[in-house]
Amino acid sequence: MAVTTTEYRLRVNPIACDAFGYCAELVPELVSVDEWGYPIIVAKAIPPRLFELARLAVRECPRQALFMEEVVRPSPSGKPRPARRR
Amino acid sequence: MAIEVPVIADHVGNLKTTRILAAWARTGRADLTGHVDTFGPMPMPRHADTASAGRLVEAVRSSGLVGRGGAGFPTARKLDTFRAGRRRPLVVVNAMEGEPASHKDRALLTSAPHIVLDGAEMAGMAVAAREIVLCVADDQDSSAQSIRTALAERAAAGIGRLPVKLVRPPGRYVSGEESALVAWIQGGPAHPQFRPVKGVPLTVGRQPVLVQSAETLAHLALIARYGPDWFRRAGLSDAPGTCLVTASGAVEYPGVYEVDIGTPVRLILERAGLTGPVGAVLVGGYGGTWLSPKLLDVPFAPRPLASVGGAMGAGVLAALPAASCGLAETARVALYMAEQSAGQCGPCLHGLHSIAYDLVEVARADGDRSALARLRFRVGTVEGRGACGHPDGVVRLVRSALEVFAADVAEHARHRPCPWWNDQPLLPTPSSLLPGGRRATNGRR
Repeated sequence: MAVTTTEYRLRVNPIACDAFGYCAELVPELVSVDEWGYPIIVAKAIPPRLFELARLAVRECPRQALFMEEVVRPSPSGKPRPARRR
Repeated sequence: MAIEVPVIADHVGNLKTTRILAAWARTGRADLTGHVDTFGPMPMPRHADTASAGRLVEAVRSSGLVGRGGAGFPTARKLDTFRAGRRRPLVVVNAMEGEPASHKDRALLTSAPHIVLDGAEMAGMAVAAREIVLCVADDQDSSAQSIRTALAERAAAGIGRLPVKLVRPPGRYVSGEESALVAWIQGGPAHPQFRPVKGVPLTVGRQPVLVQSAETLAHLALIARYGPDWFRRAGLSDAPGTCLVTASGAVEYPGVYEVDIGTPVRLILERAGLTGPVGAVLVGGYGGTWLSPKLLDVPFAPRPLASVGGAMGAGVLAALPAASCGLAETARVALYMAEQSAGQCGPCLHGLHSIAYDLVEVARADGDRSALARLRFRVGTVEGRGACGHPDGVVRLVRSALEVFAADVAEHARHRPCPWWNDQPLLPTPSSLLPGGRRATNGRR
């Protein structure tokens, strides 16, 4: 029985990032930019419909500063784990 | 009036509890004889094996010792991480003293070098280390000299099993960040590294690196001697032991004090000779917070400080005289911190300078009135977006300044420029690039 969900989120390596801004152009739903052009990841998790676009943004980053990270969290809809039988 | 914090151990003898500074307080000497007379020999087992290492780690665990470098991580748990590994680690002693208002590392290194070296040896034994690397900033010659003397004494007396290397990374604010130190030891610039996953040990080549602050190791050396129950006799049950505090500002005897954790801030400042009413107290360091004068009775300990938004940090307590302007002080510190950025991350490189200049405009009241709104927006933008905690520290400090000095903000907003702006600063900003700034004192009196 699934009690955890696996989500994905975008992260930036701020040292590698040079504010090209491709990520914010490609997935503005997930990434905005600050006044200096550096990305701000606005979404906590990538919704499935944006997954491919997010992957494209990761692939297209000229500095390879964008990456995707797996977040495993307890499922909000999942039922509590049944007590293990001894 | 500019107030330098001298390296003071003169007043240490007046304190009730002295532990890591006890040899100095008792004998007034920093040498091996005074050290061994006071503490006894280093309790290194004749055959350092896994069992004796395990006993030491368990003693540290039940002592409740947490790191004194600022993060407050349980020392035993950190040691565990390194005991599990297959490769023999490197012990890095962080005595960089990056915080300009802190003088505890140089106080410790100049008045009690042997207790730090004992602690490094014992920690090295606990994790089966290969080598000890001691980091002293390149602008702190007196500390380095004291360590060299101590190492020569130990070599002559045949004390110590691990090779100790003294290295001198650049004396900049971010150099003391642990990943920056490791980067420098590897031969790179002393810049913080991006560490996407928490809790993964730093490495030099393939060697794991245990980084501990000098003060943490000094406490560890005493726990190894006297045990966890003794250690818990000072301090609080959830934060046992003593800690080093650097008191400066509106006090008669600025300097480094060893106090029980949980001593009220007011009491520490009074012990340092509080000279008059204070406008606020800077707690922790330049990435810390301002404490309102109404809250001076808060115990200097992690949990009580957290309840008022602060932390022990590097043990800085700088009392701002009631007549000075906290906004002007914060603006100067923010300028300094912006200049000390490694410049690797965009939000820190651009954001800190912008925040600092906004705050200068607010304090000097010579710009347009939009500076305050811009400042409030920008502190929210920059937070959490650097590879290290440097920008977050500035955000924390500026936010607390806007809160604690809200009356001054309102006053300046009515276009009353700050009369203190051109005056001599209270908090040191050791950089030749800043107005009123100056190089660090190198620990010379």
